[in-house]
Amino acid sequence: MRIFRRSAVLLLAAGVAAAVTAAPATACGGLVAPNGAVRLLRTSTLAAYHDGVEHYVTSFTFAGDDSRAPNGESGEFGSIVPLPGVPTSVERGGDWTLQRLAREVTPVAAATAATFKKSSAISDSAAQVLLQTRIDALDLTVLKGGGTAVGNWAREHGFLLTPDAPEVLDFYARRSPIFLAARFDAAAARSRGQRSGDGTPIHLTIPVENPWVPLRILALGRGALEPINADVFLLTDEKPALLGDSAGVDLERSSPAGDGLLRDLRSDKGMAWMPEQMWFSYLRISTPAGRLDHDLAIDTSARRHPSLELAGFSVPSAAPAKTGVTRNTGWAVAAALGAAIAVIGAFIATRSLRPTA
Amino acid sequence: MKTAVAATTAVGLLAGVCASTIGIASARTSRHTAAVHTVQLTAHYSHWSQSHVSVPAGTVLRFVVRNQDPIDHELIVGDDGVQARHEAGTEPRHPPRPGEISVPAGTTAGTEIVFDRPGRYVFACHIPGHFAYGMHGTIDVT
Repeated sequence: MRIFRRSAVLLLAAGVAAAVTAAPATACGGLVAPNGAVRLLRTSTLAAYHDGVEHYVTSFTFAGDDSRAPNGESGEFGSIVPLPGVPTSVERGGDWTLQRLAREVTPVAAATAATFKKSSAISDSAAQVLLQTRIDALDLTVLKGGGTAVGNWAREHGFLLTPDAPEVLDFYARRSPIFLAARFDAAAARSRGQRSGDGTPIHLTIPVENPWVPLRILALGRGALEPINADVFLLTDEKPALLGDSAGVDLERSSPAGDGLLRDLRSDKGMAWMPEQMWFSYLRISTPAGRLDHDLAIDTSARRHPSLELAGFSVPSAAPAKTGVTRNTGWAVAAALGAAIAVIGAFIATRSLRPTA
Repeated sequence: MKTAVAATTAVGLLAGVCASTIGIASARTSRHTAAVHTVQLTAHYSHWSQSHVSVPAGTVLRFVVRNQDPIDHELIVGDDGVQARHEAGTEPRHPPRPGEISVPAGTTAGTEIVFDRPGRYVFACHIPGHFAYGMHGTIDVT
């Protein structure tokens, strides 16, 4: 009897604390609502693929800044996250999973992974809203559209886009037209009794194919010389082949995942599907934003040939190279867009069926 | 006579309507007829489609700006003092003024200006972060 093993990519991401200064503050993905009174502290993300289903768990953590809220208005932040596919469900995730992952590696950092199906021509028409839901004080919208369409939707809904956003949105839309827009309402959070530092985990279930981790999004809204520091956690059924782990994106650990880690993760809400054995990879990102112009492609199949396109290397860039000028002080950017990455975390999973005798 | 006056008035009104319809602001410092140089400028990925313009002094410099981005831009034309004032300014929208125009996402707008004195001038977008990102060019008036 032939037994098929399915390899899965489990991508772990833990948010990095984001520094927030004057409004507008940037949030995950570099988009922020006009009030800018809510500060983003940390987001965490876990991506896993098993049995044909990709599970994406991420958490938004915020710090409300009442002193900056003009005229008592509630502050909001928002972010846009590229997704590898259309989620079949968006629900509240377990509280334990992301905390456990954060403890596995120190310092905790963010990693995002996404599988992208090749998309056909990017549409410049209006973005299509595929799904909308609210989890605690977090409004989530799944969008489908090209970079311009998604950018227009974000602008029309109060998200403040940085000058590099049009190009970055196009960069990701060429590989997948699916994005998650997250808007956090600080007033609603306070009314629920949420305090600064409390997180709201969400769990996305996404059918995906080839895995990759969006890294370039970390540089959104950053000056070319600004340092990007983040961590990428991967869990795969087999040891993965990687493309994009160049200088500044360093593979720090590659070994079988510990039984304790997997057992702990499996015990959390919605995580019972996790397999018994996985390979653990840990990459540390430390590079100037101007050099982070690509993503991390992953291949866990026998071919061991990560895609150039999924790594973002073969996607042409129409924009001139960034200069070394620093950003306007009015655009103070969170040092750790790892949070953004967490938000941006999309998970990719390879589905490889191997017959075993 | 009345017919001529009426005709002249009608033409004048029509010209004014046309100018306002296409949103072109014009400033002429010279009463003499001047040549018009039109610059078709496109904003894409928060960069201008061209970085340099050169015109003789006294030329009417007409900018037609097409914004292809999903974010707003603006065009400010003038000397360093004008640029510095707008970089520090807080006016969220610019009505059509000579050398100043807001160009919302996905739209086209225009402005005209005349430089009677030779020198180097600048055209730029001063929405926060855009100038530093590289959204500026130079004008040589000879």
